[in-house]
Amino acid sequence: MKPAPFRYERPSSLQDALALLAEQGVETKALAGGQSLVPLMNLRLARPDVIVDLNQISELSGVERAGDQVRLGALIRHEMTMSDPTVRQLLPLLAHAAAHIGHRAIRTRGTLGGSLAHADPSAELAVASLALGAEVEVASTRGVRLVPIGELFDGPLSTTLAEDELIVAVRYRVDQGRRPFGFAELARRQGDFALTIAAVTVAVDEDGGCRAATVALGGVGGSPRLIGPAARALIGTRLEPTAIDLAVAAVEHTIRPVADLHGTLAYRMAMAALLTRQAIAMAGGAR
Amino acid sequence: MSDPAPTTWPLHCTVNGRPRTLVVSVRKLAVDVLREDFGLRGTHAGCEHGVCGACTVLLDDAPVRSCLLFAPQLEGCDVRTVEDLAGPGEVLHPLQESFSAHHGLQCGFCTPAMLLTALDLLRSNPTPTRDEVREALSANLCRCTGYQQIVDAVMDSSRGGEFDCT
Ligand SMILES: Cc1cc2nc3c(=O)[nH]c(=O)nc-3n(C[C@H](O)[C@H](O)[C@H](O)COP(=O)(O)OP(=O)(O)OC[C@H]3O[C@@H](n4cnc5c(N)ncnc54)[C@H](O)[C@@H]3O)c2cc1C
Ligand code: FES
Ligand code: FES
Repeated sequence: MKPAPFRYERPSSLQDALALLAEQGVETKALAGGQSLVPLMNLRLARPDVIVDLNQISELSGVERAGDQVRLGALIRHEMTMSDPTVRQLLPLLAHAAAHIGHRAIRTRGTLGGSLAHADPSAELAVASLALGAEVEVASTRGVRLVPIGELFDGPLSTTLAEDELIVAVRYRVDQGRRPFGFAELARRQGDFALTIAAVTVAVDEDGGCRAATVALGGVGGSPRLIGPAARALIGTRLEPTAIDLAVAAVEHTIRPVADLHGTLAYRMAMAALLTRQAIAMAGGAR
Repeated sequence: MSDPAPTTWPLHCTVNGRPRTLVVSVRKLAVDVLREDFGLRGTHAGCEHGVCGACTVLLDDAPVRSCLLFAPQLEGCDVRTVEDLAGPGEVLHPLQESFSAHHGLQCGFCTPAMLLTALDLLRSNPTPTRDEVREALSANLCRCTGYQQIVDAVMDSSRGGEFDCT
């Protein structure tokens, strides 16, 4: 229950961190909040040769508004995502979702970039970021690229990031961020990882018609995912009960959750349907 | 030593108000540094993967799991452990008095971290509801008391309670 030996690096600039990650022939891991990596190391399920501690890199912190986007640094802690006035105002879904993560002692350390990179199938910030159509800013010594969040996740605890790449920031569009949203999750105990999560955004015209929508689910397969058919079932409706029924049916047709000791297939399907229904109702004004 | 980045770290931090320096192995967990090197055995190690909360300490005033921090991550930080509430033989902190009065502990394994978690809550929310206390304390497991007396103790330590420690 103690980590295997490793070399500890503590760069103070992004450039130095990227150079360390580019080192060949050794397994190098970035350390952000450590709330997922360190448990794995203590259990010796992970045994990196080199740890690159990102916590001194000021370029990775901060909340910036730039035109029609908000850019959140990868190192933003969950507690800050919950409480930062800009995040609460411009990305209320993200702030709301962050409050559901673990406990305060986890949230004071855990980070946005770490949560996305860890890619747990029921990570709140991953599901919310999908519903918000986020773009992930990824850097390596080879340059910077923007990854649409839907292309980041690649099965349980896996991403499409290369070994030498870091998430630097996550960009959200303000117009989508400020939409009415719904969020619902089921966890067995306060602070546990959720079994299932649903996050929904809707854009509603003055006459009450739904012009745009997103529906994202977590805990229904290897990766958190958008359910396009469910969102399309809502567009053009007034979010009336029959429209919600159709969206829920679309969820049931799209997902195939994996049964495990936490829930059978039937139970997980039923919970995904229920939470989707609750999240749409919340987005539609039943708040 | 040919290793360019050594596997030890010259640590400087402040623990319970006292400056400390120490050369530590980089893979040593903060909880073990506190217990073994600084002799502060009030901080307990339970699960060592973030779940039980027994190792919770205040790092720059924020509660953290000391089992999920490597020793060098304490560099330059202010650490507060349960020993900061009252030293041996000193008068107990009002929160500790309240735990005692309400039978908020049996074996005591969870108690140091329960105290710090409760203190952190009362600092930001001096008059919590019972539900808020339950939610905050859900971060820490107790295998003895059944929790009710711990919640009673914290409620009684909130502003206006008999053991007001806010
Ligand atoms: C008791 C407990 C309960 C929890 N409950 C929940 C919960 O309910 N919901 C939830 O979502 N999470 C939960 N977590 C996990 C928590 O949210 C973590 O903070 C998060 O999963 C990982 O973020 P981190 O900053 O701690 O990353 P770390 O643990 O430091 O790193 C995780 C992984 O991401 C990589 N990484 C980190 N930062 C970057 C980056 N910028 N670029 C590229 N790779 C990077 C690391 O190399 C590592 O592989 C819980 C954790 C614990 C211990
Ligand atoms: S020992 Fe750290 S949380 Fe259990
Ligand atoms: S008093 Fe024994 S674990 Fe809480």
